Amino acid sequence: MKQALLECAGLDKRFGGVLALAEVGFSIGRGEIYGLIGPNGAGKTTLFNTLTGIYACDAGGFTFAGAPLAGLRPDQIAARGIARTFQNIRLFGNLSALDNVMIGRHVRTRAGVFGAILRTRTTLAEEAAIEKRALELLAYVGIAARANDVARQLPYGDQRRLEIARALATEPKLLALDEPAAGMNATETLELKRLLERVRADGTTILLIEHDMKLVMGLCDRVLVLDYGRKIAEGPPREVQRDPRVIAAYLGGAATP
Amino acid sequence: MKRYAKARTKWVGVALVALALIALPFALAAAGTAWVRIANLAILFAFLALGLNIVVGFAGLLDLGYIAFYAVGAYAYALLASPHFNLHLPFWAILPIGALVACVFGVLLGAPTLKLRGDYLAIVTLGFGEIVRIFLNNLSQPVNITNGPQGIARIDPFSFGAFNFSRNETIAGLAFSGPIKYYYLLLALLLLAILVNLRLQHSRIGRAWEAIREDEIAARAMGINTTAIKLLAFAMGASFGGIAGGMFAAIQGFISPESFVLVESVMVLSMVVLGGMGNVWGVVLGAVLLTFVPELLRDWVQPVQQSLFGRTIVEPEVIRMLLFGLALVLMMLYRPAGLLPSAIRKRELTKEE
Repeated sequence: MKQALLECAGLDKRFGGVLALAEVGFSIGRGEIYGLIGPNGAGKTTLFNTLTGIYACDAGGFTFAGAPLAGLRPDQIAARGIARTFQNIRLFGNLSALDNVMIGRHVRTRAGVFGAILRTRTTLAEEAAIEKRALELLAYVGIAARANDVARQLPYGDQRRLEIARALATEPKLLALDEPAAGMNATETLELKRLLERVRADGTTILLIEHDMKLVMGLCDRVLVLDYGRKIAEGPPREVQRDPRVIAAYLGGAATP
Repeated sequence: MKRYAKARTKWVGVALVALALIALPFALAAAGTAWVRIANLAILFAFLALGLNIVVGFAGLLDLGYIAFYAVGAYAYALLASPHFNLHLPFWAILPIGALVACVFGVLLGAPTLKLRGDYLAIVTLGFGEIVRIFLNNLSQPVNITNGPQGIARIDPFSFGAFNFSRNETIAGLAFSGPIKYYYLLLALLLLAILVNLRLQHSRIGRAWEAIREDEIAARAMGINTTAIKLLAFAMGASFGGIAGGMFAAIQGFISPESFVLVESVMVLSMVVLGGMGNVWGVVLGAVLLTFVPELLRDWVQPVQQSLFGRTIVEPEVIRMLLFGLALVLMMLYRPAGLLPSAIRKRELTKEE
């Protein structure tokens, strides 16, 4: 396996008496596309939320690019190089597509109050660079023509793409996608697959939650299967697919071997 | 060709507005110096409303105690330039001090309320405004700092060496009364405030404020330090309030805690909402309307009633609040995003589906 970018060990997350994640451990190599699957309520999104600092975990934790993420705020984690999208799209709905991506550049730019008020040469140059990069990213995900449209009025598939563009604007080492293909038709899903392959080829590691098994099988190098907050299988998609525990979890069988 | 013509029309427009603004105080003075004072008050309120616009309009944090910063700025000026402590610092030194002190108070209010949103934030800020006022009322003993409810009088007017803003003067054959001189100073400061507001809005910081207002969780996930950015909004807004307070103290020459009651906070907030939250020009329009219209009513209500009924049936003050309430209700029904709404705010208030 290639050098690990993200490692997770002994991760526990409780909500009151419910153990949402129990001793989850895995490791993602640089340049991998790593899938995270499991039935509804398995703890996939909870894992995303602990990874990105929205929830604090109760035990264990993540190591990213060699440094622990424990105790960091979401914005600090984004600064370290983890960007995410949301299952129930969370764009800045009333702003233009371009503004959304420009906000993504916040964490990699510096201009402060005085720069903004005085419009120093540095600030102006930075602003121009932000806009240029944002337009490039919109073109990269294929919605350049939508730059000035209001985010919430975009078609669903374009909103998903815009969320990816916004996440890429933060220059992530790891892009965490929460069900990016949800609600997409076959053509859109295929386009998404190509986009993600390109993102990976350009050097970004991807962690992917997805229910579309065809997409997962065709895209992921390895997948992790969660059920009731526990890891029940991990490995290349073809192997995992045949795992009797995974089949039982998905079909709702009580017969755990 | 067409574009050139368009640019020229724009400059002609700007020049006309500039001329009108320069000529305005003399026209008003013809109707009475009181109107020049009211114009000055309108500019002062516009300045104040622009500060609140940063907090409410840009960052989306509802602040009902904003007048507290105005009070802090006014008292900072009054204490440093009046016989009360026998300090007489020049105004260009005190205004930044007032801004800084108000800024510190802004952070003091902001820090504990960062996790609050909407109604809860409004309640805490409302309490903060009252606390500041009550402190000003009671800090007369054991050590007399604020002189309590009596307030501070004989505050120094603005002056540059021998040039005193409160004195009447004749320059180049034109009679410049004190209020007219203040008018130009206030107008210059207002233009500066508008520039600062516009530049902040269209900057990295302005976008971060927008992001927080739209979706705080997404903003954090995109690497925006929401704590710092919100505190910055409070601090910036408070600084504006502090400067406006200093100018108020200098122009009035007398301040007391009574000038900084809750209703004043509500008025400033109404200016922002009526004009159009988040839109700089809307906010200025709101401030001008809400300062001038009540004064016009005060002038007209009694004579009109006298001529119609031969006696005064309703006091002007009552009519004023009645019309004010009616205007707000109509606004909420027909133009919820304000008279000059910002495009984004308008979208927020139109329903999807």
